[in-house]
Amino acid sequence: MKFSATTALAGSLALVLGFAAPAFADIKIGATISETGPASFLGDPEAKTLKMLVEEINAAGGVNGEKLELVVYDDGGDPNKARTFATRLVEDDEVVAVIGGTTTGTSMAIIPVLGDAEVPFISLAGAVEIIDPVKPFVFKTPHTDRMACAKIFEDMKKNGITKIGLISGSDGFGASMHKQCLAIIGEYGIEVLADETYGPTDADMTPQLTNIKGKDGIQAVLNPGFGQGPAIVTRNYAQLAVGLPLYQSHGVASDGFIELAGAQAAEGVKLPGTALLVAGLLPENDPQRAVVVAYKEAYEKATGKPVSTFGGYAHDALRILVDAIKRAGSAEPSAIRDAIEGTSGLVGTTGTVTMSATDHLGLDLSAFRMLKIEDGGWKIVE
Amino acid sequence: MPELLQFLLSGITVGAVYALVALGFTIIYNASDVVNFAQGEFVMLGGMITVFASAAGLPLPLAALIAIIATAAIGVALNKLAIEPARGAPVVSLIIITIGASIFIRGATQLVFDKQIHRFPAFSGDQPILIGGATILPQSLWVIAGALAVFFCLWLFFTRTLIGRAVLATANNRVAAQLVGINTNYVMTLSFAMSAAIGALAGVLVTPITLTSYDVGLALALKGFAAAMLGGMGNPKGALVGGLLLGVLEAMTAGYISSQYKDAAAFVVILAVLFAMPQGLFGRKPTDRV
Amino acid sequence: MIMRLSSKATTLLILAAVIAIAPFFFPSSYYFRVGSLIFVNGLAVTGLVILIGYAGQISLGHAGFAGIGAYACALAPIHLGLHPALAAILGALLSAAIAFLVGRPILRLKGYYLAVASLGFGILVSMVLSNEAQLTGGPDGMAVPELGLRAVLKAVGIDLSNTEFWYAFSGLALVLGAWLALNLYHSPTGRALRALHGSEVAARTVGVDVAHYKLVAFVISAIYASVSGSLLALQNKFITPDVAGFMHSIEMVTMAVLGGAGSVLGAILGAAILTTLPQVLTVFQEYEQLMLGLVMMLVMIFMREGLLPSVAHRIRGRGE
Repeated sequence: MKFSATTALAGSLALVLGFAAPAFADIKIGATISETGPASFLGDPEAKTLKMLVEEINAAGGVNGEKLELVVYDDGGDPNKARTFATRLVEDDEVVAVIGGTTTGTSMAIIPVLGDAEVPFISLAGAVEIIDPVKPFVFKTPHTDRMACAKIFEDMKKNGITKIGLISGSDGFGASMHKQCLAIIGEYGIEVLADETYGPTDADMTPQLTNIKGKDGIQAVLNPGFGQGPAIVTRNYAQLAVGLPLYQSHGVASDGFIELAGAQAAEGVKLPGTALLVAGLLPENDPQRAVVVAYKEAYEKATGKPVSTFGGYAHDALRILVDAIKRAGSAEPSAIRDAIEGTSGLVGTTGTVTMSATDHLGLDLSAFRMLKIEDGGWKIVE
Repeated sequence: MPELLQFLLSGITVGAVYALVALGFTIIYNASDVVNFAQGEFVMLGGMITVFASAAGLPLPLAALIAIIATAAIGVALNKLAIEPARGAPVVSLIIITIGASIFIRGATQLVFDKQIHRFPAFSGDQPILIGGATILPQSLWVIAGALAVFFCLWLFFTRTLIGRAVLATANNRVAAQLVGINTNYVMTLSFAMSAAIGALAGVLVTPITLTSYDVGLALALKGFAAAMLGGMGNPKGALVGGLLLGVLEAMTAGYISSQYKDAAAFVVILAVLFAMPQGLFGRKPTDRV
Repeated sequence: MIMRLSSKATTLLILAAVIAIAPFFFPSSYYFRVGSLIFVNGLAVTGLVILIGYAGQISLGHAGFAGIGAYACALAPIHLGLHPALAAILGALLSAAIAFLVGRPILRLKGYYLAVASLGFGILVSMVLSNEAQLTGGPDGMAVPELGLRAVLKAVGIDLSNTEFWYAFSGLALVLGAWLALNLYHSPTGRALRALHGSEVAARTVGVDVAHYKLVAFVISAIYASVSGSLLALQNKFITPDVAGFMHSIEMVTMAVLGGAGSVLGAILGAAILTTLPQVLTVFQEYEQLMLGLVMMLVMIFMREGLLPSVAHRIRGRGE
């Protein structure tokens, strides 16, 4: 028996060993993404985008004449697993850079590993903590939640709205954005009169919305969240005939949202979105037009699914990385890091990225577009 | 007052969803003492198969029927391939098997279909019905009616039909049941088919309200399980009352106390009830089963 | 065979030997990371052996205690100024106290009712952790301070990398935990627990205070889970409410049962398999979930007492 237990252990180790045998690629990049689990709604398009783009780049001759090899692990949204996969990517697969961390939790768990290993990391998660304070090897592509809040509050202010109700998802995305919004809301002179939440798998939010509706003086409602929650909120909102402007977050910025909420219920909903969502509506001279149209078409052709903002984050991360490797002329992690920091004027789906030693995001508010749903489609309100 | 009514209507809607899931647990549990943790996956399959069948051009009622039949077949396969070979295994092993099955079904669904969130149109439109200042969607009435109908059929099945009593007899004492001529294998197959079909029916009814995706099963199973235990496992009346109670409790907590802690309040009440009544509200006394 | 398996010296020897020898075969420090996770999980699962294997009680909420242990290490250093090691001890004491309070009413329940009550407890803990965002950082989690022991070791000339240190440290913790659990098995308390596992009625008639001993097993297993959570938090230096989540509870029970909840070595083997499996299954890409479910079902169908006891049975069967 002694023998059998040890052989079992050794056997499983050997299995890992066998599969971990290095493949011969020129430039190896890693990713740990939440392809399954509660954040798969975000992670699935991210992983698909990375795989599609790497294929595309290799078909076009690779980077600096070398082929890219992509190693993607599915962390299921579990920070502990993400940390293990990050360790595996840098220690075992010996990748030169890592993309990923679909959620803030997984990103924050990965950061110390990559910081110690001095491998550049481009996060796909929203929270501002990821890049503030600036960490030498950590970058990110999505707008921060704080910027989404700012965009929404600007629009509210413009429309004379000063008293709002909040209904947030209690998942990571909703809770994080809720926190960021409350942190800056004072700067816009807006007051929160009702602050409700719902669980990510809840089926009915009418009690919360009834309370918001019943509060005197509320002029608009904001719903930070992603997944099915905001669609149900929007439907319940119409059911109760609340009748106030409804703001959603960038978490639902995809065509799927209109379909889930129903065009009728979603009519008039406003949200901050990226250019990706309204690719066809952008004026010909918009600098982002060519990029977003190309990505949207390629993604929808490759997967048969509508493009989402989250896939766009992965698109931008890979573009930034490839651009940096090209400019660095080397695939050394530290050279790539320096080059990423020097990214300037790179046009992505979320905006035009210009990084610096003090700004590892490189986006400003202008890249968010205020969108409104009208007749089952998007309209840019500016 | 309209607020209270609105909370109540919301609670009954959600409660009916829980009750439908809880009712699905009842038959398998009664036939085999197994709590099937893959029950939530049956609900998910009902919704997902309907979504994709109707996207393929089938009319909704036909798509739903196909979903229910296909899910029942999957239930039978689960019994034949995983539960029957493990007969006599300790209860905790059976729990792990059904959890393994639920992970397996989820993994297969994401491969066969996708990881997107889906819904199909409500059966009778989205025009809210006004009741004394509160509103309810027509689909909620479908779900409530569905839960009541399933409850009534199960109650008839267990008390008025020979085969229903055979199911109960099999659970009580398998050997004795065999001795009096009950084909226990057939009983097991039948109960998995029925449980899966009820789960799929629940999926068809609730998807226009809750939406569906490959991973909604776990959360539904958890709430349905809690509801069934609150009412008393194995008793259709317990499943119905437990589900509705859980839903109303959540809605009232969300409405009057704190939406953050509505799930917590539900579990606190479950714990309190179980401490006072260790067999749930309508559970059988353990002596019945020795 | 079973006798020899449960014998203390054999188990500890196998465990210590595997932990000490395995690193010689590690091609990269990533394997130390996987190893240390196995040990951390193994520790929690050893606690469950006492609860499930010895006393025959089930819990679907033990991740709640892991959560308490983990967040104690994150919160106590900030708010109470405690050293992280003391914070872990505080967490264990807190877990023990909570287990003592909730254990008595919960353990009156049986079978699935016990399962749902413990599940409810675990969900309550994870809900508090993710809702009290002011304190815990909410679902996004919070940072955990450095344990600092590695720096101390470095000062005395033992220079270990981060992953190596945690491999050694949690390996040591596991051996210690296993030793305590095995001692318990052979103590009068252990005998009383096994008696009530066999038949509560019989145990009661021979004068075993059933409620008391069930509570003892529950409290001890809670301490194991808590320490395991603390080790995880300190190692990752970052923690989210997932650690207290329902899935983590299920994972723990699955590890114990898969390997064989009746024996410490079996349960640790279960932890090793279930921790390594997702790493191995990455080659299946999108088939990963499918394979995981399949493995769980197959093991339980064909080795219903768990991997190790079933294999032991088979070997013994052949020998005789």
